[in-house]
Amino acid sequence: MKSVLPVLTVVGAVLLFWLIAVVPMNMHLVADQAQRDGLSVSPQTPVERQAFSGIGLSLRNLHLVPRTYDFVRPRLPAPQQVAEEMYATIVQKKITSKRSLVYHGWVTLAPTLLGFFIGTGLGIVLAVGIVYSRVMDRSVMPWAIVSQTIPILALAPMVIVVLGSMGIQGVFPKSLIAAYLSFFPVVVGMVKGLRAPDTMQLDLLRTYHASNSQGFWALRLPASVPYLFASLKIGISASLVGTIVAELPTGAKAGFGARMLVGDQYGQPLVSWAALFAAALTAAALVGLFSLIERITLRRMGMQGA
Amino acid sequence: MTVISAQDLDLTFQTNDGPIHALKDVNLEINQGDFVSFIGPSGCGKTTFLRVMADLEQPTGGTVTVNGVSPEEARKARAYGYVFQAAGLYPWRTIGGNIRLPLEIMGISKAEQADRVRRVLELVDLAGFERKFPWQLSGGMQQRASIARALSFDADILLMDEPFGALDEIVRDHLNEQLLKLWARTEKTIAFVTHSIPEAVYLSTKIVVMSPRPGRITDVIESPLPKERPLEIRETPEFLAIAHRVREGLRAGHQDE
Repeated sequence: MKSVLPVLTVVGAVLLFWLIAVVPMNMHLVADQAQRDGLSVSPQTPVERQAFSGIGLSLRNLHLVPRTYDFVRPRLPAPQQVAEEMYATIVQKKITSKRSLVYHGWVTLAPTLLGFFIGTGLGIVLAVGIVYSRVMDRSVMPWAIVSQTIPILALAPMVIVVLGSMGIQGVFPKSLIAAYLSFFPVVVGMVKGLRAPDTMQLDLLRTYHASNSQGFWALRLPASVPYLFASLKIGISASLVGTIVAELPTGAKAGFGARMLVGDQYGQPLVSWAALFAAALTAAALVGLFSLIERITLRRMGMQGA
Repeated sequence: MTVISAQDLDLTFQTNDGPIHALKDVNLEINQGDFVSFIGPSGCGKTTFLRVMADLEQPTGGTVTVNGVSPEEARKARAYGYVFQAAGLYPWRTIGGNIRLPLEIMGISKAEQADRVRRVLELVDLAGFERKFPWQLSGGMQQRASIARALSFDADILLMDEPFGALDEIVRDHLNEQLLKLWARTEKTIAFVTHSIPEAVYLSTKIVVMSPRPGRITDVIESPLPKERPLEIRETPEFLAIAHRVREGLRAGHQDE
């Protein structure tokens, strides 16, 4: 509960900044529309107005300020416009409707989760290999790092197009991009976690003449659990970003990425903004879910006091 | 009967700063039921010697036998329990779970496990703490739990590497007293590394004084103290005489430099 006040303060500051920014960002468009509607605007022609900054123009046309908050196709929508759009597309539309954000959310969420499971599984397997095999430590780790330096925006369309030409479409190609982004934090976290036991703990197992697999199940794996959860939280949000990126450049018809693109291309910024916020909320919900599982798991393992 | 024997033992570590002569010409016999303390300043090789007995370090010369076989064979036969400087309990296991760890690894049946856990917890005076997690126990209790863990599989030899080094004086006195009782009850052979003179004299039947650079044995003292030792024995002239001899031995080792 102590964290509520600071969080609200930051949210309030962001909202305030947003509310202030709406006026100058939209003023040129609003002024043009006001002129067409026969209202007095200063200066009177669009060409003259181009010489003014958004702030300057706003200061000369204070009576137009209210109009910047409910403009139909704003450059920067006001917060309540985004909220209304989200309410309309999440709550008021049937979830089977092509305009429902819940529908688009699921289209994005399904490959996100699939990709996340693939990526996490791959990450754990690679981490175990890296920890137990010198060869894999030397060969896999550098490639894992290189893989993350390739801009995903460049790679995603290639993967989608290549797979598409092979007749593979739908959930799987998007999952692949999601897995590509999410395996890396899991590899890094799990390698660190599996190597967390110190020399003394490893020596102790040696004095018991424990086998490698007994050491893995009894010591290394449980020791890595806190690291794994840190990685999962990064991995799940990376998966969501990966899926959305995979939807952007390929003319996908549904999903958060498709909605963002549609809003941009058809001059409906509210659609883009609503999809953006819905994606952010989805990511927050997923990370929150994993935080909860983490808390429960660590408490059950008796590690909350450690 | 000789349980641990070292002949002309030599160990040199190769480090980036050149070789370090950790053990030189070490000869020692430890008999069944002995309580042997190794005392000396840091770098004298006392912990290294203990680790050689446990097959955690490999000597570069000489031979060591434990129960008549090589340390490796002894380790694989689970001939000894090892207690480290830190308790090193697994935070995700209860005290009972930690003590069960070696039993699980050694494939001992569940019923037998429960029985042994109960028995060793009583031995170290921790009955009733089986279901507690390590963080719920004090440092001294954690170290006792780690001793219980080393006792659980009933090895005849107990190797202890400064187990009470991180604890305060009062807790230490108490644990020393308990350890002596435990030794008397279990009749184990104990090798005990320490840098405290009173601790070494109070506990041991045999005190091995070591000195550094190169690590070597400078004196072996057979203690004339009786097996029954109340804490007050530390005020007696016999006790102080042994302590004096240990101190002299340590000082002689230092003057060599």
